Amino acid sequence: MSLFNNPFSENSRLKSTCSCGQHASELEHREAQIAQHHQQGDALLERVVEQGLMRALFPDDGLRRAFLKAVGTPTASAAIASLFPLAAAKEAFAQSAGPLEKTKLKVGFIPITCATPIIMAHPMGFYAKQGLDVEVVKTAGWAVVRDKALNKEYDAAHMLSPMPLAISLGAGAAPQPYTMPAVENINGQAITLAIKHKDKRDPKQWKGFKFAVPFDYSMHNYLLRYYLAEYGLDPDKDVQIRVVPPPEMVANLRADNIDGFLAPDPVNQRAVYDGVGFIHILSKEIWDGHPCCAFAASKAFVTEMPNTYGALLRAIIQATAYARKPEHRKEIAAAIAPPNYLNQPVTVVEQILTGTFADGLGNVRKVPDRIDFDPFPWESFAVWILTQMQRWGQIKGPIDYQKVAREVFLATDATRLMKEAGLTPPKSSTKSFSVMGKTFDPSKPVEYVNSFKIRRT
Amino acid sequence: MRHMSISLRAAMLSIFLLGVFLVTWQVATMPTGGAVVVDDEYAKLVGGAAATGQKSAFPRPADLGEKLLEAVSDPFYDRGPNDKGIGIQLAYSIWRVALGFGIAALVAIPLGFVIGMSPLLMRAFDPFIQVLKPISPLAWMPLALFTLKDSNVSAVFVIFVCSVWPMLMNTAFGVSTVRKEWLDVAKTLELRPLRKAWSVVLPAAAPTIMTGMRISIGIAWLVIVAAEMLVGGTGIGYFVWNEWNNLSIANILVAVLAIGLVGMLLDSGFARLQRAVTYRD
Repeated sequence: MSLFNNPFSENSRLKSTCSCGQHASELEHREAQIAQHHQQGDALLERVVEQGLMRALFPDDGLRRAFLKAVGTPTASAAIASLFPLAAAKEAFAQSAGPLEKTKLKVGFIPITCATPIIMAHPMGFYAKQGLDVEVVKTAGWAVVRDKALNKEYDAAHMLSPMPLAISLGAGAAPQPYTMPAVENINGQAITLAIKHKDKRDPKQWKGFKFAVPFDYSMHNYLLRYYLAEYGLDPDKDVQIRVVPPPEMVANLRADNIDGFLAPDPVNQRAVYDGVGFIHILSKEIWDGHPCCAFAASKAFVTEMPNTYGALLRAIIQATAYARKPEHRKEIAAAIAPPNYLNQPVTVVEQILTGTFADGLGNVRKVPDRIDFDPFPWESFAVWILTQMQRWGQIKGPIDYQKVAREVFLATDATRLMKEAGLTPPKSSTKSFSVMGKTFDPSKPVEYVNSFKIRRT
Repeated sequence: MRHMSISLRAAMLSIFLLGVFLVTWQVATMPTGGAVVVDDEYAKLVGGAAATGQKSAFPRPADLGEKLLEAVSDPFYDRGPNDKGIGIQLAYSIWRVALGFGIAALVAIPLGFVIGMSPLLMRAFDPFIQVLKPISPLAWMPLALFTLKDSNVSAVFVIFVCSVWPMLMNTAFGVSTVRKEWLDVAKTLELRPLRKAWSVVLPAAAPTIMTGMRISIGIAWLVIVAAEMLVGGTGIGYFVWNEWNNLSIANILVAVLAIGLVGMLLDSGFARLQRAVTYRD
């Protein structure tokens, strides 16, 4: 992450135009995120402080670079240090975490690979490194996760990214301010159909099918509905979509209760492993880079225990960064497959994480980004989810899309760290993307909803 | 054969039936053995059944035996909050049932006594009991989670709700049907109400009350499995759910056996108590 670049180098940019607003290009942004994992500890924090200072001194990046070029880096560094107690500031920031208000925490999760960062942080020691004693508790379904989180039995929880929005809006539960400080994974879902439908690959032949999704307020539900509607099927009239908790999906598919599902892994791969179903398409073929699950915490936890929250979030973000690297994926699969976590055969988890998998029809497919991990909660993701909630009648009446998105999808650790360090967060926390070839402009949500032929509003 | 006692013969018949059952099971789940229809690379990625173009099969008796041995040899292991031995899980469930059932007994028996002694209260309470009794205890779960705000307390509450009705009804029934002659004798001896309740009504109603308790513990044990599958965390119900999650039918069968055994022990315990308080006219 170039947040950790040396601001005293005339070769580094502090302002530019990648998705997070800090890199020259999207490619560099990705590379930097992977490289970030190598640098650890105080050096990172020092860079953040230095960068904050340099940004404050030189709002114009060109000016900063010209200045460094003119006087040379050591001189500049010394000159600024004489004006501003840089060492003291670095120290203050490193310690600003303060004592943890609470070290024993409970974090709930559903046994699916979306929860990888939350789960692996336990066996691989990411929580312990932050001085936290976290118990990761397996939970039976999303309604239960929601209720346990609302009851404060869990300090934080693995949720579907639309859930914090739904909870905050009071859709399907008593409204309670909820926050989503980090996305856990992007992509990583799939449409799986029963083996008997292996010749019906065109969705137009799916009239009368029974599909399962894990929850009403899930990306799975919205993506499946979107996909079906694009093929002219009305998801409320032409097919049946029912809610089935992920662990029960394969059993239901096997029993012919359902024809298919859009589900999180390991459910899809498990259906293949047991010879029950085949993977029709991966969710990345619908929308590449879509968010799925999220790390969520109540607003009360965030404000009442900022240090604990910060430490927890740091652990999750570090785990997420670790999970990004393809070469770590096998190790992670072995760590999260045992009964205490996912309770799946290691090969199933490994196929999901490495993206080299059997598709259920006799082919081995290689899709390295079948699932990826990216913590940044783009506000435009929230806006898209809200448009779909409106499209399918889950929320009625006009809402202030941008405001809700901003309040629930917290501008993450990155933004928070930057603010603590006196930095200005990246200008844009929104970006445009396209779903099945249709571009989504986050600034025109109402027009977007109205542009669909099949909708409930 | 004549000289063999009936119980010995019954035991032999039981063993024979079990044998027939196991053999039938073994035969029914014989692998149908198709050829591998996919290449090696693919076969490595899927289960054995999928590689031969089939669905994974139901476990055979041998698979169950293996899992059973595994479970019995180390029933109390603890590998983190989500992976504990079957012994620990059973203990959690029994503890929840004991707590919910105990509280239910504390409420239902005195209340049933009062209702049974007073025809007025009996009529007043009747509509409530009739409406509440047939509600599935699990239907209370979302409500309990919402109001009690604790999944463990909610599970105990569900046990309470399901075991309170049979005890209440049976106590009230037992108390209200104490023989009139005995009550008349008590009246003749001018017993005070408490003394009458303690030494005449209670012994007379005890067998009916015990029947209610026996029905309740049976229901409570049925419900705890479902309740724990719903809220998760710990308990034998969670164990079943966790193995369902892994589609491990053999492990589920182990749990099913354990549930059956514990249920039988609970029931026979109460049957014993019931016999202890039964009297002959």
